[in-house]
Parts: sequence; structure tokens; C-alpha cells
Amino acid sequence: MRGGAKEQPCLQGDDWPTCAQKIMGHVEESLCSTVTPKVTQALNILTTTFGRCQSPWTEALWVRLSARVACLLERDPIPAAHSLVDLLLCVARSPVFGSSNGSLWEMVAQALSCLGPAHVGPLALGILKLEHCPQALRTQAFQVLLQPLACVLKATVQAPGPLGLLDGMADDAMMVDALLASKSSCAGLLCRTLAHLEELQPLPQRPSPWPQATLLGAAVTVLRLCDGSATPVSSVGGHLCATLAGCVRVQRAALDFLGMLSQGTSPQELVTQVLAVLLECLKSPGSSPTVLKKAFQATLRWLLSSPKTSSCSDLGPHIPQFLRELFLVLQKRLCSPCWEVRDSALEFLTQLSRHWGGEADFRCALLASEVPELAWQLLQDPESYVRASAVTATGQLSSWGLHAPTSPQHAVARQSLLRELLRILSADSEGFPRRAVMQVFTEWLRDGHADVTRDTEQFVATVLQVASRDLDWEVRVQGLELALVFLGQTLGPPHTHCPYAVALPEAAPARPLTEALRALCHVGLFDFAFRALFDCDRPVAQKSCDLLLFLRDKIASYNSLREASPNTDSVEAAPWRWRAHEQTQPQEDQEPEAVLAMLRSLDLEGLQSTLAESSDHVEKSPQSLLQDMLATGGFLQGDEADCY
Amino acid sequence: MMALPYITEHTGFTGTVYATEPTVQIGRLLMEELVNFIERVPKAQSASLWKNKDIQRLLPSPLKDAVEVSTWRRCYTMQEVNSALSKIQLVGYSQKIELFGAVQVTPLSSGYALGSSNWIIQSHYEKVSYVSGSSLLTTHPQPMDQASLKNSDVLVLTGLTQIPTANPDGMVGEFCSNLALTVRNGGNVLVPCYPSGVIYDLLECLYQYIDSAGLSSVPLYFISPVANSSLEFSQIFAEWLCHNKQSKVYLPEPPFPHAELIQTNKLKHYPSIHGDFSNDFRQPCVVFTGHPSLRFGDVVHFMELWGKSSLNTVIFTEPDFSYLEALAPYQPLAMKCIYCPIDTRLNFIQVSKLLKEVQPLHVVCPEQYTQPPPAQSHRMDLMIDCQPPAMSYRRAEVLALPFKRRYEKIEIMPELADSLVPMEIKPGISLATVSAVLHTKDNKHLLQPPPRPAQPTSGKKRKRVSDDVPDCKVLKPLLSGSIPVEQFVQTLEKHGFSDIKVEDTAKGHIVLLQEAETLIQIEEDSTHIICDNDEMLRVRLRDLVLKFLQKF
Repeated sequence: MRGGAKEQPCLQGDDWPTCAQKIMGHVEESLCSTVTPKVTQALNILTTTFGRCQSPWTEALWVRLSARVACLLERDPIPAAHSLVDLLLCVARSPVFGSSNGSLWEMVAQALSCLGPAHVGPLALGILKLEHCPQALRTQAFQVLLQPLACVLKATVQAPGPLGLLDGMADDAMMVDALLASKSSCAGLLCRTLAHLEELQPLPQRPSPWPQATLLGAAVTVLRLCDGSATPVSSVGGHLCATLAGCVRVQRAALDFLGMLSQGTSPQELVTQVLAVLLECLKSPGSSPTVLKKAFQATLRWLLSSPKTSSCSDLGPHIPQFLRELFLVLQKRLCSPCWEVRDSALEFLTQLSRHWGGEADFRCALLASEVPELAWQLLQDPESYVRASAVTATGQLSSWGLHAPTSPQHAVARQSLLRELLRILSADSEGFPRRAVMQVFTEWLRDGHADVTRDTEQFVATVLQVASRDLDWEVRVQGLELALVFLGQTLGPPHTHCPYAVALPEAAPARPLTEALRALCHVGLFDFAFRALFDCDRPVAQKSCDLLLFLRDKIASYNSLREASPNTDSVEAAPWRWRAHEQTQPQEDQEPEAVLAMLRSLDLEGLQSTLAESSDHVEKSPQSLLQDMLATGGFLQGDEADCY
Repeated sequence: MMALPYITEHTGFTGTVYATEPTVQIGRLLMEELVNFIERVPKAQSASLWKNKDIQRLLPSPLKDAVEVSTWRRCYTMQEVNSALSKIQLVGYSQKIELFGAVQVTPLSSGYALGSSNWIIQSHYEKVSYVSGSSLLTTHPQPMDQASLKNSDVLVLTGLTQIPTANPDGMVGEFCSNLALTVRNGGNVLVPCYPSGVIYDLLECLYQYIDSAGLSSVPLYFISPVANSSLEFSQIFAEWLCHNKQSKVYLPEPPFPHAELIQTNKLKHYPSIHGDFSNDFRQPCVVFTGHPSLRFGDVVHFMELWGKSSLNTVIFTEPDFSYLEALAPYQPLAMKCIYCPIDTRLNFIQVSKLLKEVQPLHVVCPEQYTQPPPAQSHRMDLMIDCQPPAMSYRRAEVLALPFKRRYEKIEIMPELADSLVPMEIKPGISLATVSAVLHTKDNKHLLQPPPRPAQPTSGKKRKRVSDDVPDCKVLKPLLSGSIPVEQFVQTLEKHGFSDIKVEDTAKGHIVLLQEAETLIQIEEDSTHIICDNDEMLRVRLRDLVLKFLQKF
């Protein structure tokens, strides 16, 4: 086929090889079959062919088969609709057909008008994702995609206000039937529609104009139907109300979609509605933990995307009031008996403070609430995930100095947070909180947290000492990350390897190398790093290797010390002592010269490349496979059932 | 249950009351508490003039809206309670109770509270299920028995949740969160409640929650005249508990964790606020006490004590009373009020699932379940939706249930059964005629052998007792089959009859023996031989007719 079809597609079936003709005959026959599995099989074969092969002869194949495919659309019901959609999209995406294939677009347009609601959505989405496609078809596809939401709006919107693109669209009986057929079909259709629109929204080729306001209205309406507060205006609305009330699945999909819509520009009135419905959802005692999580995520997106004003209030005009109400809800959620809810609330608090920790309105509302204190108390939560989230949240709040200033109890709390986190790092039985503490400490060190800068070396020394003993490899890796930050602060930041970056003049080292090395020795960094180099967990060894390479490169830039020649005999054996676990206790402060010699004596590059290979590289090598095959062949002679 | 003394003691009731043991014991506690609360503050006078309709309409709401105030009764006494309880006969789940032989009544677990029951009322061919106050949630009682409700002709459905939009899980979450927030701020929490029921679940929930919320040092007080009995009774009804709690009993451990709360001094219970409680009382604390209406009981004291501080919170968990009406006399009130009604009874979604599972032929329910609540007329999901549509009833309405009693089961005596000779009329179906005496007593029917034909008495033989059955005439055999006219005529001719004429009539045939001046009228279900004064001829003809018929 390939050889003969290089120049011109061979349109005549007679020119095709016999086997190809036989296959074609079988496919054609299957497409005409009344047995759905046979049709499905034929369509799947064609989808695979058009998807994987983009030779010119595929066009001839399509020309020959398209009429039979089109015939499928005239059957009632349409057989193998799912596979048919796949095929149409596959053909539409194939570069072989170009953008001028009128008959294909006609067939797609026909499919859009006659396929059932369950299958038409994916086809419409696929069409809208195409880069080249007739505008009329795009408009039709978008209308099809919006149809379920148009039905919902028409059934619930009191005043027949502007529906935008949805005007006059909600009369599709098939769509209404699908929405009303059963709870599962209604929920399925709405979830799919919302997910498709969510997928479409950020794409550059999304339809323009994008009906942001209408979609927002629809998402809010769907959420109101789910919480039972929507007011239906028709019998369809009444049915929808009964069907969707308390439907968690649709609520989650609508909240995801609503969150995505925060990226667009929306009229203030609608933003107020959105924030109100989100607050309602967060307040409602009936909201399930998963719905609450989604509601927190959507709220965060809407808050962070709200436009800032230049007035004395640094956030939007409605935000301060919203925040006050939000923190009241958050207080309650932080006390929820359900740990998932406490966890989501803490995550939300962390994210919001990360972005808004410096905003006066936010600080004011937060400090007026009991949220910081509750977050502090959750450091003692019995659930390890919650403790981990509380560690991150309190760490974040502390970074911004967000502790309730009024009570003396809080002042004590601020001072003792470092102590409390150290206690968790050294005593918590679960890994998650300890990992979270290490991340917070690394951030604190990086950002120059007040409690850290008071005595940085002491802080690093204490943390590394505890982290080095931790059984959780992620804690040890995070310890190395902290060490790397400290190293950068002591010796200067790592070199940028980006070829396009503006080359800054080399910053002068913070202090003389010997002094810097002495500080590194003093905090036990080398002890930790060398020990980690021979860690039984590969990521720890890799990270340590990277750290030591960085250190070696840094030291190399100090020309003054390049020629130093310590007594190599005494130090060469030292690194291996860590491997042999002779170093059960941290060493006394090492001499910088000894450390340097040790560093030079190590083949760090070699170690790095060894570590870069996956642990099963031996088993995965071709040689190993061959050996396996030979061995199996020897053993299993005659056993043809074996999968080898 | 709380109204039982009004029925048994004031209406001339002479019947038996059936109830499960926990229902009786816990019902006694609830009534005892009520009587105690009322009798604790005796009234010197009781006002009744306001019940005059002309005066009543001048009173402020809600008094002016109260209905049938003239029928309101005084609270019963403990003596009446005891008398009412003495009329109860205890029953167990799945126990079959015969009522006059007419129907059998069976209690089933309804999953709502300790010992709470649904009832099956059935005859041999009809089954009516009465579903009331049931729960499908996993709380402390034995789970609801749904399987036994299958194949009902009629399912009477009542006692659904009063707050269909409030999810009990969410409400328990609200309860805990608000409790924790209040106590952390140094405030006290007041929970007006009944001394049994949801309180067990709330205490269990708090048992798990207080440690995680860092509230281990906050005392929980349960104040009720029956607090001790309630907490102890709940631990001994093992067979009425859910499986998890039952299995604890065999460990052996107390099924409810409130035992541990008591042991560790986290939960303390007192009969009233006087006495020991005054010495132990420390704040901030959580107090569970009655009555949830806030009109009497120890709760009144706490409302007065804590109402003026905004640090304190009253949390309403019982759905029986409007919290706004309950609070009305205490206004203005500074303390926070939280309404988290916990009603674990069936909601409409659960009803819908239950009906799909049980598939009764007809559903009968109160009228208000067949339409959305007036305040939320668009909530079509808040009504019973079933096919055929539910049959509704109003208060005091008498309903004719939509089925007719067509069959009765009749037992047959063994010796009579022995004498039957079934004939197979279709493969698998045999028929036998039976001649017997139907004996009916207490709605039970019994077929006894027919009396023997009267025989001449031998004179010397003594009559046996079994011969007491009254004598009657010899029974004639039953005939069946049809007479083929042509063959009959041929037979007549063979037997010497001639000059036979056959006429067709609307119902059959007439065979005319002209010579003998005799008519034989053959119809579908009767044959008449009409001949004047010739008995011999009639008998001959009769025997010829009988040859064509089968005898039983």
C-alpha cells in the first residue's frame, strides 16, 4: 500500500493488494452489519488506522468508506455511537485530509445534530479543540456543548434575561429527555458538560466570544439546584430540582467549573453571586467533605483572581466583608469532627496566607478571628495528615507574622512555635508532619524568618541533627534541601545554568571561605551530607551527591584555597567510615581542610551517574532480557502457553 | 408512648398493649422524668379561663393559634404511668402474636431507637406493614429489618424525618464544631435533650471528638432524674443493639463508650442541679438536660444562668420543638443559639429506595407526605414519589385499604384428608370433592368428617362419644359431565323407546318420547325428566341419563 500510494492515492479498489482488498471487504461488510459489536470493531479498526497512519493512501480509504460510515448516522438508533465519534474525531485530526474536506465536515455536522446527548458532547469538544475547522461547525459544536446548561437555565431563570449564546437553544427534546430520564443520566450529562467546558476554557482556540456571564450564571444555578435553593419556573425545573438536590457528584463538577471560570473577566454583580454561593456551600452543614474541598479550592481561585483596587482597602470592595464571614466559617470547619474537613480548611488557609499574607485587609480579618489559634491547636490533632497541614499552615502564618497580637498567650505561642515544630520533628510518630516541618524550616531559612535569623547556625545545626536520625527518607532529603539553602546563604547562590539568563557579576562571597567552611562544619552539615551519601535510600544519596558537587564547585571558585594541600592520607579513608556506620554520633567539629580533601578524594561524578541509573537497570538491560529469554526457553521447552 | 396513660387510663381501655422491653423501660424513664419535672413545681392554681375562645383569640401568638385547647389534659401521675405500663405485654422482634385468630402481628426492628418497631399485620393471604419512626443510618440500635416488609399488600408509612433537609451527619458535625468553639472561648454549652435516644450517639461522638479537639478537660454533665438509669439501661439491652455493640458485650466491654467517659470522670450524671452537682460544678462545661421545650426541667435554670453571656451557647438537637418558640420567653438573649436538629428517621430519598426494595402493592401515608412542604413548594424531592401514587389520609380519617379479602385458609382433619380421592384434571392439578362439616371458631376454620348416615340402633351397643355428631340424610353423589344427545337417543332406542323426537332450544335440547308422553329436558347445568305418574319409567330414564355422567 505504502509503496504504490506515494505519489497518488490509488482510488481504484482493484489496484490495492489482495490482502488489503480482503480487509477492506470485511470492514465494509462489518460497517453494513446490523450486529453492533461488528460495527464497533470495524470503526475501531478504522480509528486505529487513521490515528496511526497518515500516509496519503488513507485519504483513498476514507473516500471509499465514508459513505458507509455516513449511512450509520441514518440508522435509528445509531450503532456504536461512541466508536463513531472516535473515528470522526480521528479523521478530522488527521493532517492528510486538510481543512478543505467538505464531506467530512458535513458528516460531522450531521453527527452533531443526530447523536444522542451522551455521545454528542465528546464530539463537540473534539471539534472545538481542532485548530482548523469551519466556523459554522464550531458554532454548531459549541451550541451542542452548551445545550444541557441552556436547558437548566431555561427551567430555572425567573426573568427570561439575556442567555447570550444560549438564547433559543433549550428546545431540544432529546436533551430534556436525557436530563429528566433518571438521576444518574442527568448527573452524568451535567458532569460531562461541565468537565468539557472546563477543559475548553483555557485553550487558545476556545470559542469567541466566550459567554463568561452565561456560564457563570449556569454554574451558580446548578449549585443552587444541588443545595435545593433554586426556584424552578417550569415543570422541567421542578424535576431538575428534585433530581439534583443533594447530588454531590454534580456539586463537585460545578465547583471545579466555577473555579476555572475565575480566570475570565466577570461582571461584579455575578462575582458577588458566585462568592455568595461559595460561602453558602462552605457554611452548609450538609456539604460533604469532598464538596467542601472543592468549594475551598474554588473560593481560593476566585479570591486570588479578584481585581485589586487602588483605594485604601487593598483588596476589592466586597472582599473584606467576605473575608470576615469566611473566617467565621473557617473557624467552624477547623473544629469539624471530620478530619478531611479540618485538613481542607488548613490547606485553604495556607494557600490564602501564602498569597495574601501581606494584604492589610486579609491580615486584619484573620487576626480578628480565632483561626490562627485554632491552626496552632491542630498541631496536636490525632490525625497525622491534619497535623502535617497544621504545621504548614502555622509555618506560613508565622512567616507573615500572623499571630493574634492581643493575648499574652499568643505571644508565647509565637515564641514557642519553633520549639513546637522541633518537638514534632523529633517526636511525631508519623512521617507526614515531620516532612511538613522540614519544608517549613527550609522556607523559613530561605525567607529569613525572624526566629531563624536570631541564630541561624544553631537552628541549622539542631534541625540537621534531628533530620539525620529520621527514619523517613523524605525527611532526610528535605534536610539536605535545607542544608543546600544554608550552603547557598553561606557561600553564595548556585550558578545559573540558563544560557539566556543575564549574566550577573559574581557576587562577592559573604565571608572568607575558611570561616564559611568552619560554619558548615560547625552546624554538622558535612557530617550529615557524607552520611547521606551512603544512605540506603537512593534519593537521599542523589541529593547529597548534588549538594557536595555544588559545594565542590563553589569551593573551586575560591582561587585562594585551590592550592591547599592537606594531609590526604588521613582523610581519604574518612568518607568510608560513614558507609561502614562507624559514625553513630556526630563528629566533633571537623577541620575545613580535612573536609576539602575528603571532598576532592571522592568521585562524585561517578557516584552521581551510578545513582542516576534506576535500581532495576540491570534487570531492564537488553542483556538481562536475553538471559531471561534463554533461561526460560531452556526451562519451558514445549510450554507454548507461557507468555514469553 | 408518652401518651399511653391517656389512652389506657382515661378511655375505658380494657385491651392488651404490646411493646418491646426497651420501649417499656425507656418509655417509663421518659414518663418518669416528665412527671418529676412537672410535679417538682406544683401549681397552686391552674388557669383555664383563657381557654374560652373569645379570650383566647385576644392572646398573643402562639397561644391564640393553639388548637383544641379545651381538650388539653393535665399531665398524668406516676401511679397512672405504672397502671398503663402494667397493661403491656412484652414482645420480641419477629415474635408472632395471634390476634383473635384473625391476624398475626409481628414486630420488626425499625433501626431508630432501642426496641423501636415496625409492625407486620397479616392474615394467611393479606399482609399490611406499618412502618413508623425508622432509620437506615448506622447508629446504636439494631438495623432496620427491611426484608420482612417485602410482599406487602399495603405499606402504611409514617414517622418520617421532621427535618428532611438536615443531614444528621452534617448536624453532628455542626454540633461538635460549635461546641468546641464555645468551650475554647471559655463559654458553656447547654444541650436541651431527652434522657434517652440521640444523647447516646452524641456522647459517643463526643467521646471520639473531645480528645482530638483538645477538650478532654472539659466536664460533660448529664442532669436528669433518670440520668443514671438511662445510661445504665442502655448498656444492658445487648440483644437490641447493632452488631458492633453486641459483639462488644462478649469481649466483655460495655457496648456504649459513655461507660468509659463516666469512669474517667469526663461525664458526670446527676438527678438534679441540687445536691452533689452544686459541689462538682465547674465551668466551662457542657450540660445535657431536659426538657427540650425549655418550659420545665433543669434546663430552665441554665437558660436563666447562662442566657446573658454571649460566650455561652445553647445547641438544639431535638427536632420536636421549634427552637424559636422555645426561646421566645427568654428573649432578649445574649447567648448564642445553634439549631442542629438530629433526626435520624427516614428521609424521602431513603423512602424512595426502601419502596423500590420492598415493593408494596399500595402505599398509604399522611397527606403531608404527598406534597412538598408549604414553605418549599418547589422541592418536589421532599415528597413521596411512588407508583401507584400513595393513598393519603388526614387526621382521624377512616380508610378502606385497597384490597379485598378473597380467600380463607381452612384446615382439614387428617382422617378426612385420607378419604379424598383426587383426580388429575390437568398435569399437576388434581381435584377431589369433599363432603365435610365446616367448623369455625376464633376465626379458624376446620373441615371435619361428615356425620355418618343414620343407622338403625342395635339397641344394646352403647353410643360412643364420637357418634355424637347429629345424624343426617345419606348424601347424594355429585354429578358432572355433559350428555351427548345423539348417543342418548341411540341408547333410548336400544332400550326399546321409539318415536323419539329431538327439539333444539335456546339452552339445550328437549327429547320427546311421544309414545310415553314424556319429556327429557337437557340443559347445560340441569336435566329434567317430566313424566306423569310413572315412577318406574322415570327411574329407568334417570339411570340411562346417569350412565353419561360422572359421579363423585
